[in-house]
Amino acid sequence: MNAVKTFLAIALLVVISAGVPVKSGYEVGDTATDFKLKNVDGKMISLADYKDAKGYIVIFNCNTCPYSKAYDDRIIALNKKYASQGFPVLTINPNDPGLSPGDSFDEMKSQANRKKYDFPYLVDETQDVARTYGATNTPHVYVLNKISDKELRVAYIGAIDDNSRDASAVSKKYVEDAVDALLKSKSVPTTKTKAIGCTIKWKNS
Amino acid sequence: MRLSLTTFVLVVVITTSYAQSAERVKIEDLQHKIDGKQDKILVMNFWATWCAPCIKELPLFEQMNSSRADVDINLVSIDLDLDPNPDKVYRFIARKQLKAKVYMLDERDPNTWIDKIDKSWSGAIPATLVVNPSNGKRRFVEKELKEGDLEELINSVK
Repeated sequence: MNAVKTFLAIALLVVISAGVPVKSGYEVGDTATDFKLKNVDGKMISLADYKDAKGYIVIFNCNTCPYSKAYDDRIIALNKKYASQGFPVLTINPNDPGLSPGDSFDEMKSQANRKKYDFPYLVDETQDVARTYGATNTPHVYVLNKISDKELRVAYIGAIDDNSRDASAVSKKYVEDAVDALLKSKSVPTTKTKAIGCTIKWKNS
Repeated sequence: MRLSLTTFVLVVVITTSYAQSAERVKIEDLQHKIDGKQDKILVMNFWATWCAPCIKELPLFEQMNSSRADVDINLVSIDLDLDPNPDKVYRFIARKQLKAKVYMLDERDPNTWIDKIDKSWSGAIPATLVVNPSNGKRRFVEKELKEGDLEELINSVK
């Protein structure tokens, strides 16, 4: 009888694990690690530099993706609204400039100047941060909640809102809803969403 | 008069042979295709005119479309997600003289439909789904296909 149970348990385990694709990157609820990346002004920036932050809106983004362009002003607005409330925006460009010349460090600098970014635009040269976080496309948002100075917890992963082409027709502001909930110590209503976006241009391995 | 008539005929002939239309579809239409009972192996490629790696891999699908009668190629443009005007897609089809079937997915809020294509899909493109209706085998990949990759995918569902 025990042998049958063991067999069934193993069989079940095999079935379950066979159905689960190997996944890298964060899920909601995971502990996020800090990074140290170069900003467009040449300075190195870490999340830990923001002593008073209650959390962070980390956005993997780039210059060239039409979705990034469509969301540019909305990202600027997010920082305007939430940096002062303790949730600053940090953007990270993981694209390999060899594959996407428009995403080079120089082009990032012009983009940040042109749009007057008042938040970091960091370069993830090794693409390690994007890989660790599990970012797949741009723009791809990770809202992090600071539990303590030692612990950052992933509270939301996904899109900024539900309408890429028209900011005035948005009905679900996923990131704002997540941050608003965290600010009130409530649970995030929608913790994960998917959106169409440009694939991150990974270096050829 | 004669000249203008000739010109007119010529224009009609050119536009009908190259500028194939791209039918607007809903997610249900794509699901219906995916779950269909046809004999051919279904290939559904998600692309957009703004997506450089998508454009790079398109010739692979075109080639497959013209060389294999046992494979049903469907190129699904998601341009409408960002731009409601379909003209860019029509012009692209004409310029590239695409022969494979092109559809334009006309849906809002991708979060509600991405999982219906494949649960593993992040939403990044290019992405390609291959389904063999005769045995139910399917493969989904979220990357730019290189020479030989499409054949490999098709063989893997046989």
